Amino acid sequence: MVGYVESITDPSYHGQILVQTYPLIGNYGVNPEDFESGRPWIKGYVVSEFTHRPSHHTSRKSVERWLEENRIPGLYGIDTRALVKRLRHYGVIPGLLVVSEKPLRLNPLIKEARTLPDPNAGNLVAEVSSPDIHIYNPEGRKKLVLIDCGVKRGIIRALVARGASVVRVPENFPPEKILAFNPQGLVISNGPGDPQQCRAVTTVQALLKENLPVLGICLGHQILALAAGARTYKLKFGHRSQNQPCLEEGTRRCYLTSQNHGYAVDTRTLPPEWSVWYTNANDGTNEGMRHKKKPVFSVQFHPEASPGPTDTEFIFDLFLEQLG
Amino acid sequence: MKKRLRKVLLLGSGAIKIGEAGEFDYSGSQAIKALKEEGLEVVLVNPNIATIQTSEFLAERVYFLPVTPYFVGKIIEKEKPEAMMISFGGQTALNCGLAMWKQGLLEKHKVEVLGTPLQSVEITEDRGLFNRALAEAGLKTPHGIAVSSIEEGLRAAEKIGLPVMLRAAFALGGKGSSLCYKKDELEEKLRIALSESSQVLVEEYLEGWKEIEYEIIRDEVDNCLAICNMENIDPMGIHTGESIVVAPSQTLTNTEYHRLREIAFRAVRQLKIIGECNIQYALNPKNGDYRIIEINARLSRSSALASKATGYPLAFMAAKLMLGYTLPDLKNTVTRATTACFEPALDYVTVKIPRWDLKKFARVSRKIGSEMKSVGEVMAIGRSFEEALQKALRMLQVGMYGFVGNENYSFKNLEKELAHPTDERIFGIAEAFKKGWSVEKVAHLTKIDPWFLHRMRGLVEMEKQLRSLSLSSLPAELLLEAKRKGFSDKQIAIFTGATEQEVREKRKKLKIQPAVKQIDTLAAEYPAKTNYLYLTYCGSEDDVRFRPSKKKIMVLGSGPYSIGSSVEFDWCAVNTVLSLRQLGYKTIMVNYNPETVSTDYDMCDRLYFDELSLERVLDIYEKEKPAGVIISMGGQVPNNLALKLHLAGVRVLGTSPESIDRAEDRHKFSKLLDELSIDQPPWKEVTSLEEARKFCAEVGYPVIIRPSYVLSGAAMSLVFEESYLEQYLKRASLVSPEHPVVISKFIVGAKEIELEAVASRGKVVASAIIEHIENAGVHSGDATMVVPPQKLYLETIRRARLIGEKIARALKITGPFNLQLLARDNELKVIECNLRASRSLPFVSKVSRIPFIELAVRAMLGLPVSNSRSVFELNYVGVKAPQFSFSRLKGADPRLGVEMASTGEVACLGDDAHEALLKAMMAAGYRLPEKSILLSLGGEENKQKFIAAARDLARTGLTIYATEGTSKFLKRHGIESIRLFKIHQPRQPNLKNFLMEKKIAFLISIPHTGKRIEFDSDYRMRRLAIDLGIPVITNLQLAEAFVSALRAKKIGDLKVKSWSEYE
Repeated sequence: MVGYVESITDPSYHGQILVQTYPLIGNYGVNPEDFESGRPWIKGYVVSEFTHRPSHHTSRKSVERWLEENRIPGLYGIDTRALVKRLRHYGVIPGLLVVSEKPLRLNPLIKEARTLPDPNAGNLVAEVSSPDIHIYNPEGRKKLVLIDCGVKRGIIRALVARGASVVRVPENFPPEKILAFNPQGLVISNGPGDPQQCRAVTTVQALLKENLPVLGICLGHQILALAAGARTYKLKFGHRSQNQPCLEEGTRRCYLTSQNHGYAVDTRTLPPEWSVWYTNANDGTNEGMRHKKKPVFSVQFHPEASPGPTDTEFIFDLFLEQLG
Repeated sequence: MKKRLRKVLLLGSGAIKIGEAGEFDYSGSQAIKALKEEGLEVVLVNPNIATIQTSEFLAERVYFLPVTPYFVGKIIEKEKPEAMMISFGGQTALNCGLAMWKQGLLEKHKVEVLGTPLQSVEITEDRGLFNRALAEAGLKTPHGIAVSSIEEGLRAAEKIGLPVMLRAAFALGGKGSSLCYKKDELEEKLRIALSESSQVLVEEYLEGWKEIEYEIIRDEVDNCLAICNMENIDPMGIHTGESIVVAPSQTLTNTEYHRLREIAFRAVRQLKIIGECNIQYALNPKNGDYRIIEINARLSRSSALASKATGYPLAFMAAKLMLGYTLPDLKNTVTRATTACFEPALDYVTVKIPRWDLKKFARVSRKIGSEMKSVGEVMAIGRSFEEALQKALRMLQVGMYGFVGNENYSFKNLEKELAHPTDERIFGIAEAFKKGWSVEKVAHLTKIDPWFLHRMRGLVEMEKQLRSLSLSSLPAELLLEAKRKGFSDKQIAIFTGATEQEVREKRKKLKIQPAVKQIDTLAAEYPAKTNYLYLTYCGSEDDVRFRPSKKKIMVLGSGPYSIGSSVEFDWCAVNTVLSLRQLGYKTIMVNYNPETVSTDYDMCDRLYFDELSLERVLDIYEKEKPAGVIISMGGQVPNNLALKLHLAGVRVLGTSPESIDRAEDRHKFSKLLDELSIDQPPWKEVTSLEEARKFCAEVGYPVIIRPSYVLSGAAMSLVFEESYLEQYLKRASLVSPEHPVVISKFIVGAKEIELEAVASRGKVVASAIIEHIENAGVHSGDATMVVPPQKLYLETIRRARLIGEKIARALKITGPFNLQLLARDNELKVIECNLRASRSLPFVSKVSRIPFIELAVRAMLGLPVSNSRSVFELNYVGVKAPQFSFSRLKGADPRLGVEMASTGEVACLGDDAHEALLKAMMAAGYRLPEKSILLSLGGEENKQKFIAAARDLARTGLTIYATEGTSKFLKRHGIESIRLFKIHQPRQPNLKNFLMEKKIAFLISIPHTGKRIEFDSDYRMRRLAIDLGIPVITNLQLAEAFVSALRAKKIGDLKVKSWSEYE
């Protein structure tokens, strides 16, 4: 119901047409401070209704104008609930946004949609990862390297807010160069697509030997799992909402989390030195794992929130405590 | 479940009053269901007999007794429950529980209060403690100073700077709170606030800040959820109960939303809330700064609204959490597959609008502000804001077609209306845009966020566009857009100069139809099995399938609570659904009042939370194709649809709509009575003042005037003299050929009785007679009622039944009906007949145990009906007493008249009428006088009639104070009293001081009969008593009955017996 700016600028949505379930979008306009990256990443936007006249002291422009400026097509005025029900039934499906003066013939379009390349087949991460190195908060007390697989600014903000200095490196950055920064810890970011396509898996595999504290988030969690020897699979119904309940193993605690992922870690394939940390309370899928001896852990959800509930921000505190 | 319990005592909220309405029937019922599911024995105390929660099928045992420490203590002694729940019965239950805790009663009886610790409850109720506790957690509350005297208050206001807000602690619905701009009004306002509560908070005034609410639940292992957030369209300064509210919030960013959510969690953790609570914020629209305004550590009106807005059963879950469950232990009751530990995602907008009835109270200001005055509310669901807003405005049932297209209002000073709102401001906004005012100007005056105003202005634009077209030239796209913005067929008809029927036909031809959508708590992310539905035009497909069936019945609910239509009609509607289900029928409920049990989706097979309009009911009927519609169980709102539905081809079950029309139309009904040789007061329908004058001269004053197009006592008036007749008819330009007025002779000194009955094909199959304590002239909704009758001749009863049989036969009644009669000696005159369930049906059903609803349902389905029970065989007496909310309505005169003024009612049982009356009056908030009573009897006649009662009173040992005339009169008859001067007399001893110093515990003030405008000083006396919380009786017969009961019984004589113990 809130958080459209954050979602639109989330690199994990790269290449996708985003459908909003909440019918009124754009109410508080667009504030660049809410951006999760430098630009919108979605391919198309589908809503029930746009607000032409947003109202908020931080608003700089309307969503409509913003998308137009970024040449992102949108569709409004349709029954988005009906569309979401189909997505729920079939899972993520290829879609076309077509503009036409004349009435459209459906069959050829359906055929065309079917021939669309699977966005997950390509290396999406390579497309969203920043090619350059950037150091945030160089004065920070603790130095971290963050592998950018399409990182949300929220993650960097959360780390910096806790006094860390964050060295952001591209997804294909080699392990020895990472170690050359002398980091006290490693963070693997979120990102789009299938983790098995990620080159960072081998990087992480190498770094795991170094006894560095590691935090994986979302795609970073899946990359860490693959590096540790576990397997991942495609979910029939991805988690794409801000109200995903996650149970903390061995406790009676349950946290509300923000999520956006289509792949998951197969709990049954976790190597013995790893334990399940969090589990989705609705469908029982894996939401986090922890090394039994080393300060290495990861979560499927977004502890940095933005958008969504801030219940699990303590994950960052836990991680930074490991850095000594 | 962690806790090992066997028996739990649940406190109800008592009568419906302003600030405490039907929502607590809903939350209490849910709690009982949650406890029963665990195999617990539930004992309920609630004198509100018309509630669902006091039904036989819910709690194990029900006590119709006052929710006060005394009676609850007695019940605990008797029942010995291990635990008690005080958070499902509003402020009444909470205050009762807190008081018992402080008196050490809970410790004494070893009763544990489940849920939030009482220490925390106390903190939330004490402004000083509250501010301190939150400050400890680093959270912001308004800068304020708690004071307990006027001097302290004045100093505090100086320190904070005017304007300031005054809030009384321990009060419901903002009672005793006010906004103060000027120094000279400060002292008076402080005095009033301090009379409500020993502690008052003087606070900074956050003008123009947004008002935001969150509903939070927390379990004992610290899992927290924000189930719903809501935004008040009317910003700070207007009580949330008086505000138009939208859920979810519309103008908050992700950052703001989640920051406030996080703060809420910090606050509830600090306070160790377990179960549910509501947190209210002020949010600065210019910089995002916030203040926590208050936390209600209990289920509230907002929580009921949030449950209905999200589909998340807050009360049910709260009860489970209080038993020691954690959130992940529980299932989402809507999906039945996912966990209850989640926050609902909404894919629709809801708008709540309060329903006021301020026109019913003489001398009451129509301004709305920091105190609650509304008596009910409606909630509308749509997929656009405009759709929900316009639906909601129609749902109010105040004659509005939506946001635009209305005629029945006018504003003398529009700017003032916008800046200092009354209950009609929303229409003032429409008016302003019609005049071409800018959004900026309206935003400046109202402080309403421009987001909402832009959308409202869009509706005015749409009206303009529609007005420029005829129906035939209206393009399909524009028609669809109008429907998506919530325009009704009727509105479109008005704008395009067509009829509603023509618009409907055109729309159907163009296949512009609403879609049925589910409220599924997860915005379609998971498949949901929910039957909770609404209709929208922003949708292209239905979420559910429809199967026409002969075993499927649609039941129309009551619409909003208002004066005259309250929880009793919800009871009737719910019991109708239950009876139908027992008989194997599928049920469809249509209603939109978020405070009801009928809108709980687990009561029926399908719940349509939508309008009770001809258009919408037809939409649903055409989709569902049920075997028929029951319109006689939801009060006047569905009843008014009878004929229209019938003419549109709908099968209306029960009495034929033509017959209903014959009973509703005064003219037709009076003619029918003449035909049947049934006596009635002389009456005439007049179309001009001249005619009215002539008729009144003929029959003699007083007369009752009622505009014929308004029913059920609305805008009725008792007229004692010709000058007032003119004034009355002219003022409201009430009389015209299009709007005839019915005038009937008012019979003085007659008893009023009612017949509640069910008939099947014209034959009465069950009936009960109710006796009013007050003589005719007091609206039946305000009357104190006794069952079985105590002071009626057998012949009167026989004749009343005969009349009932005659009318039932003549109108071929099938279903419930109610007859109101005047009785003098054995002569009976009929004054009103309703061919629907009446307000007193739950009372009569529960006292007599005659299953009126079930019988009526069977009759309507054409099944055989029989009943062998009769009220005359009861070994006990039931008394129903009205609950007034005069203390909430500043300036209202508490005297009774032909206009209904009570907001709710209670009923208690006793071994005799005295016992039942005292219990009922105590349950309605009358504290029995222990030391003193003040008598003021207006006019010679009242004085004469009261002599016997005065003697009784003298024998009770109470000190009698009396006003000058009354005192003299009493002395003449050898009754001692202490004379007090009236307020306008500058002499001592003056009753003003005695009242203010609480030397007087009870006031009997009988206005001079036959005097239209009474002495102002008598009004001031009554008003002062009300403002000081001193009980007032203004009716002679009630005063007599009360004194006689007071003489017969002491509080210790009042037996603590459950409903089932009366046989």
